[in-house]
Amino acid sequence: MKPRRIAWGVEFLSHAIAVAAVAFALYPVLWVVSLALNPAGTPAPRAAPWPEVLSLVNFRAVVSSSNSAGEWLFGRQLLNSVLVSSATAAVSVLIATPAAYALARFRFVGERTAMKALLATQMFPGVATAVPLYVMLDTLKLLDTRAGLVLVYATTALPFALFQLRGAFEAIPRDLEEAAMVDGATRWQAFVLVVLPAARPAIAVTCLFAFMAAWNEFILAATFLSRESAFTLPVALQRYVGEYDAAWGRFAAGAILVSVPVMAIFYAVQRHLVGGLTAGSVKG
Amino acid sequence: MAAVTLRALRKTLGENAILRGIDLHLNDGEFVVLVGPSGCGKSTLLRTLAGLEEPDSGQVLLGDRDVTLRPPRDRDVAMVFQSYALYPHLTVRENLAFGLRLRKTPEAEIARRVARVAEMLSIASLLDRLPKDMSGGQRQRVAMGRAIAREPSVFLFDEPLSNLDAALRAQVRVEIKKVHQTLKTTMIYVTHDQVEAMTLADRLVVLSAGTVEQEGPPLEVYRRPASMFVASFLGSPAMNFVAATVAPDLARVTAEGLSLGFDAARFRGKVSAGQSVMVGVRPHDVSRRPDGGLRFTVDVVEPMGFEAYAHGRVGETPFVMRLDGHDALPAPGDQLSAAADVDSVHIFDPVTRKALG
Ligand SMILES: Nc1ncnc2c1ncn2[C@@H]1O[C@H](COP(=O)(O)OP(=O)(O)OP(=O)(O)O)[C@@H](O)[C@H]1O
Ligand SMILES: [Mg+2]
Repeated sequence: MKPRRIAWGVEFLSHAIAVAAVAFALYPVLWVVSLALNPAGTPAPRAAPWPEVLSLVNFRAVVSSSNSAGEWLFGRQLLNSVLVSSATAAVSVLIATPAAYALARFRFVGERTAMKALLATQMFPGVATAVPLYVMLDTLKLLDTRAGLVLVYATTALPFALFQLRGAFEAIPRDLEEAAMVDGATRWQAFVLVVLPAARPAIAVTCLFAFMAAWNEFILAATFLSRESAFTLPVALQRYVGEYDAAWGRFAAGAILVSVPVMAIFYAVQRHLVGGLTAGSVKG
Repeated sequence: MAAVTLRALRKTLGENAILRGIDLHLNDGEFVVLVGPSGCGKSTLLRTLAGLEEPDSGQVLLGDRDVTLRPPRDRDVAMVFQSYALYPHLTVRENLAFGLRLRKTPEAEIARRVARVAEMLSIASLLDRLPKDMSGGQRQRVAMGRAIAREPSVFLFDEPLSNLDAALRAQVRVEIKKVHQTLKTTMIYVTHDQVEAMTLADRLVVLSAGTVEQEGPPLEVYRRPASMFVASFLGSPAMNFVAATVAPDLARVTAEGLSLGFDAARFRGKVSAGQSVMVGVRPHDVSRRPDGGLRFTVDVVEPMGFEAYAHGRVGETPFVMRLDGHDALPAPGDQLSAAADVDSVHIFDPVTRKALG
């Protein structure tokens, strides 16, 4: 009996610790939710993370925000965010996929140097290049444009995607594409028909990361964008807690609105994240 | 269907010369088994044949077509990989159809061939499964089926059974033989397994360090190994070798604890009296006999049921002999008297290590 009871005690303790950890992690999130639902719009000096009055005015205010010309700003900014993030993901993954395959499979002059150079770019904080990037975008007349932002984001997303995908391609057995080639495929067909499908989970994850990085990025966007109608959502959000008044309620509501799509995407693709697709192709 | 000819094939990978001048001709429809120790270049040879490696020099001919520089898809060979290499995202049906689709085979023909192969290998019930949902043996069949469905002119097998357990191996081995009897297509089969080599091959090719050491019908290679390498590679436990001297009568070899008659006709003119040689005798060819020419000291006995192996020494040389499992087994330290038939006594040159007769 005794060991049983000890086992039960250990079980109880570990659950208690887990619950405490979850509460600690969730507390600030609950606060944000509470703020968003609180029509007063200021953080009440209370410990309990739930509001006294429930209301959606903050959400309504954020979603319906428009400028003096009557343009629907929120819609415009949401569109900016979606387009910039999708384009960043698309551009970086489209370029990184063939490049990563080449780096994973072929030996060529400059291969090592290329990898090292890419690695070096990863060690730089993106912000460090903000000033030169600003100058370049200005020269190219790309400040305040989505294209400019996509270009900037892609330069950081691309090396990351490359590393991710190179690892993924290296994990795919060479036998697979060789089998395809013996079966009658050209190298390109083997890549498209066999390697790409096998790498699909990794590509999905890489896309998602690139998308999220762009979706959440604030500093560079705030540096390169000055027109309200060109803002992405994080920049727009920040304007709610300006120098003179801090609309915390709207800020919180906006924060929730910004994170919901990311969560939704995560749910949608999590099936891909679990378990590689190469399972079963080789041995037992 | 096609004959295969390899001419003076050489291949270096990195610093290593892997294939060092391979000449080989396979007749149309022949089943050739390649054996050799790990790293001797068997896979490299198959890959060169498939077009996955380009040789440094030499030629590969399929039929009378020189395909040395052609990519794999132009060769009409099918390969079964040791790892099976099934396409993970495709069902069994699509795996089987993959090569046919690439060659723009009409749908009806694809369906017909898939059905035929599925029936031939008893995988009809698996057609809609993904590779990950199958056992090792089932995957192996699918890998074979994928090759068969293509109806290629040459099959290449790279140790296709090495990931299967013993029982399954025996079963699939028979199936492969059946497939060959049905299709009568040229097959090249790489294996480590002696039983596969002996039972499947029309012709056995023993490779050693990138060269062909010996080739011929399996029994002939087994009975008349051309070198000590081949002799020790085929047969298990391996052949015993004892350093000995040719007796003046040119019909016996002698050493400490050993005096064996050999086939004088076979070695006539090839050995001389007093010559130092290596004598080879297989454990299975030695039997206990009073007054036999072998004086054998037992160290360890391994009973296997129907037979037993005694490990010990003849003179100072380690030696293994087979014992009948029904007889009373000797104890460590016992001295046995044994003999071997003149046919089963092989004589090798101790320097070149080649057979003398
Ligand atoms: N890319 C490479 N660079 C250098 N050496 C290589 C390369 N690939 C293989 N080798 C070497 O080539 C030799 C032959 O390899 P191969 O795979 O043909 O051997 P094998 O006879 O099939 O062996 P096994 O029975 O173990 O499969 C090995 O010694 C291996 O180390
Ligand atoms: Mg091999």
